[in-house]
Amino acid sequence: MKFTKDWLKDHLKTNKTEAQIIEKLNNIGLEVEKAEPFKNELSDFVIAKIIKAEKHPNADRLKLCHVDIGENELVKVVCGGPNAKDNLLTIYAPPGSVIPKNNMKLEVSKIRGETSYGMLCSESELNLSKESEGIIELNQNYKTKIGKSYFNSNSGNVIELSITPNRPDCLGIRGIARDLSAGGFGKLIDNKNVKIKKHGKQTLKVKIEKGKFQACTIFGSCLIKNIKNQESPEWLKTRILSLGLRPISAVVDITNYVMFDLNRPLHAYDVDKINKGIIVRNSKKGESFKALDNKEYKLDDGMCVISDHQGVLGLGGIIGGTRSGTELNTKNVLLESAYFDPEITRKTAKKLELNSDAKFRFERGIDPNSVTIGLEKAAEMIVKICGGEVSKLDIQSTKKIEIKKILFDPTIATKTIGIQIKINDIIRILKDLGFQIKKKSKALIVEVPSWRPDISGQIDLVEEIIRIKGFDKIQSFEPEKKRFKPTLNFFQRNFHLAQRSVASKGYLETITWSFTDEKINNSFRENVEEVKIVNPISSDLNVLRSSLYPNLIYFLKKNIDRGFENQSLFEIGPSFIGKRPGDQITVVCGIRKEHQIDIYDIKKDVVQTLVELGIDKNETKINVNTPSYYHPGKSGSIITKNYPKLLANFGKIHPKIIDNTYGFEIFLENLVKYKSQNKKDKPTITFSDYQKSDRDFAFVVQKDFQAQELIDIISNVDKLMIKNVKIFDVYEGENIPKDKKSIALKVTIQSDFKTLTEKDLNEISQKIISNVEEKASAKLRS
Amino acid sequence: MSNFEKLKDELKDRLIKAQSSQEVDIVRTEIFGKNGLINSEFKKLGSLSPEEKKKVASKINITKQELTKLFNDKAVKLAEAEINEQVKKEKDDVTLPEKDFRIGKIHPVSQVIDEISSIFSEIGFSVEEGPDVENEYYNFTALNTPENHPAKDMHDTFYIEENMKTLLRTHTSPVQVRTMLKGKPPFKIIAPGRTYRSDSDQTHTPMFHQLEGLHIDKNINMGHLKGCLNYFIKEFFEVDKIKMRFRPSHFPFTEPSAEVDIGYRVENNKIVIGEGDRWLEILGCGMVHPNVLKNSKVDPNKFQGFAFGIGIDRLAMLKYGINDLRSFFECDYRWLNYYGFDPLNVPTNYRGLSK
Repeated sequence: MKFTKDWLKDHLKTNKTEAQIIEKLNNIGLEVEKAEPFKNELSDFVIAKIIKAEKHPNADRLKLCHVDIGENELVKVVCGGPNAKDNLLTIYAPPGSVIPKNNMKLEVSKIRGETSYGMLCSESELNLSKESEGIIELNQNYKTKIGKSYFNSNSGNVIELSITPNRPDCLGIRGIARDLSAGGFGKLIDNKNVKIKKHGKQTLKVKIEKGKFQACTIFGSCLIKNIKNQESPEWLKTRILSLGLRPISAVVDITNYVMFDLNRPLHAYDVDKINKGIIVRNSKKGESFKALDNKEYKLDDGMCVISDHQGVLGLGGIIGGTRSGTELNTKNVLLESAYFDPEITRKTAKKLELNSDAKFRFERGIDPNSVTIGLEKAAEMIVKICGGEVSKLDIQSTKKIEIKKILFDPTIATKTIGIQIKINDIIRILKDLGFQIKKKSKALIVEVPSWRPDISGQIDLVEEIIRIKGFDKIQSFEPEKKRFKPTLNFFQRNFHLAQRSVASKGYLETITWSFTDEKINNSFRENVEEVKIVNPISSDLNVLRSSLYPNLIYFLKKNIDRGFENQSLFEIGPSFIGKRPGDQITVVCGIRKEHQIDIYDIKKDVVQTLVELGIDKNETKINVNTPSYYHPGKSGSIITKNYPKLLANFGKIHPKIIDNTYGFEIFLENLVKYKSQNKKDKPTITFSDYQKSDRDFAFVVQKDFQAQELIDIISNVDKLMIKNVKIFDVYEGENIPKDKKSIALKVTIQSDFKTLTEKDLNEISQKIISNVEEKASAKLRS
Repeated sequence: MSNFEKLKDELKDRLIKAQSSQEVDIVRTEIFGKNGLINSEFKKLGSLSPEEKKKVASKINITKQELTKLFNDKAVKLAEAEINEQVKKEKDDVTLPEKDFRIGKIHPVSQVIDEISSIFSEIGFSVEEGPDVENEYYNFTALNTPENHPAKDMHDTFYIEENMKTLLRTHTSPVQVRTMLKGKPPFKIIAPGRTYRSDSDQTHTPMFHQLEGLHIDKNINMGHLKGCLNYFIKEFFEVDKIKMRFRPSHFPFTEPSAEVDIGYRVENNKIVIGEGDRWLEILGCGMVHPNVLKNSKVDPNKFQGFAFGIGIDRLAMLKYGINDLRSFFECDYRWLNYYGFDPLNVPTNYRGLSK
């Protein structure tokens, strides 16, 4: 919403400066976005003075002018105007500006060998008149304004407000003035009683068809006959321009003016183009009409249309149609001032993807009581500018206007705000904002003004009171330093630890989108449901990710393109398994790309992370079945032995996806669930002081025999005495049959009760050998 | 002087003069070896009378002790000299670069979430979370934002289902409702998380982070809201004083509603928080609307309180001088290394937030 201080003063008697007004507006909740001199396509045209007009060296009818445009240096302009002469004040159009007459964009150009920077304009080129002979000659009053824009030389700053959706009343300058007045910034000037002579009845029949979904409940109108529509006078044009609109004709400009002045949208029809009468009804599917934005709209069922006996004239509260639009030669006008339901209007506009200033207002709620004043004000202005005779007003209405009353307990204000506000203060603020108040013992009966559709309960009144009183009056209370609950729950503590644990292993934490490219995602989705976004930001971010890999790999590749070959990235975040809220799991996913790296590097990272997260390695085992996006022979998963839960996957990413890259995924919910189901106290540790002995073995086993099983077999030989089994070499090649491999390992043997003799040790060693040979079909390597 | 004494003096002399451990070793064998001075002298004892035996043996023992001490001292001295000699020869160019150390980094958003959690932990808030995919009901309706309300225009929503009933949450506020529905007042929570709006330009990304705050109890009023935010901002920016301004605004789920600006100035192209006469909008807040409490099965006649919503990414940008929001999600190796945090640098109440 834009306005100027100049315009505001039509409604508010104030001696405050623009800066003070801006500060106040911010303090009462009307946020000022910016305040700047108004600029539009015409702002570029500046007042200029020809310092010297010489004959063009190569053309008789052209002149080469040296022009003062308010800059440090004069500019050279080639000009064809016969009246161009020294000291003439005129209007200069710089390169880049667009000439209104022919929409031509000016460029620096050579005319007969002389470079011309811009142009000096005629009245017709600026659409000021039909006069095209010669350039504009300005009078001496413009002498002091060289360099200033011609079209907005006399208005101050345009102040732009960002009005929150609850305040439709402030989409009119009068509403802004009322708020400022309540804030102690001057007196709201009474709306003058418009006195125009009315001649006869409004003779065009208007009918609102009744129906459950009829958006229109009031349709006010009047006829204005025998007008002479024309361009608006300068003052009106300036105001229309300051709103950021384009002046069109007096009738159209006046309806716009009243809309922004009183927040009262109006529409003007050329009566002579209306077939018999106005019918306000709901559209039938398939009807269509051409709107004033020059687009053809096909309508659905149930959209509120203003029609005549021939068809649709316009969409109620949204946009008019070209068929009945006014033009400069329009003689007779029907002015419409109506009320349309916010929700239905919004729905219709949304379906048609149509936006307009009127729609913006109706969907927020227009004052139903402003129908009459809107008609009268506009009629008065039209008669003043275009002449003509106004008929009596015709107001059709199908519903009584509700008056909202709120029983208000003023102590709620103090209870909510925390400071005492005197009852007289409360009453004054509310009255200044237009509320009617009656006292009823300790409570107030507050009647809500019809322009405030947002006010419906006591708490809304509290907001009105404190925003006018000032938020700076609220006294601040120091927070209490008391805690009733742990800050983080068990899951969050593990999340936090996992994040820092992975980062401590050389991985850079990233945050990537929760959505990704469907095509890439499909490589990682396995059999999980695909979750599509109906309206994605772009086609390559059109599904919720089923894995954290797609985005990590995408960005890993980008970094490779940037020249970083070695890198480790990770992310901790959601992965989606369905469409419903909560169909998501938390995954810690890391990827590593280095020149010299193998599966055991990535396994080390993931296992150590699990250990740091409190998982006992001995309670897990490795499974070789992994999702299809891993290299089938170079990947594994880690599951818990009891109540099997998948804790993690790790391995080489399948080479068809990316080359030589390793990764892991830790499933945090599974991990936390396992931990909470298997909580145990750490047992007191006892150390054996008896001597420990290491024995080395090498077994030749089948090539595909898993080392994990070998360790299990040996550990199970004597769980008390065998303290550790550590593989230190795996060998394939010379001296070993082709389908076999040799695994060398060190077994640590120690008793808690005595020093083992050589005999004891040999017994255990023999047991180990026989067990392994039997259960693993292995042979001790000699 | 006996032959023994003579030999002893001679060996002593050689020991003292010895220059290397090899020389000392030779002398050691001549003294303590199987046929060395001491042993040969002991061997002679057999032919003596018991009385003399005793006398001579004691003499040999004294000599042995004397020579042992001398020998040990000499050995230590020589060893030391040899180490010194060796150390003199060993010289590395310590200006050569150290070996690479693999250290990862924590993303600034995660770090800032930890900082914020740490601050609110001190004043008794606990952390809650909610799903990224939401129902229309929790994201809008329960938060007093009816269907077909223009307030919805402020949220460009991503929809998961054509009927618009399932969507990606546009803010963290649905966590308010979910938290209240599953518990009983009082509530004192913060809820950080991912949020989504269909918006992408210089200053907007389709995904960003918000932090919701909610405090509901019997007598929580706007003064508490002000105090809480004032405390938070001061702690977060680690300054003693903060300039804060509450501006009335509108959010369907709070009433009264406010936006909060903090004062700043620009010095050497950098933002200095806490002083100066410019204002920066950093969060939205207000008293929880009675309708939201009703929808969350909390009696608005008994309980009231405040809520606030903060843009986490923006706070991180302000505190750590990051200019471009989009860079948070571009995973540039250099950016992650530069703006990321050491994983050991955990923000805590007792140690402080930043290094």
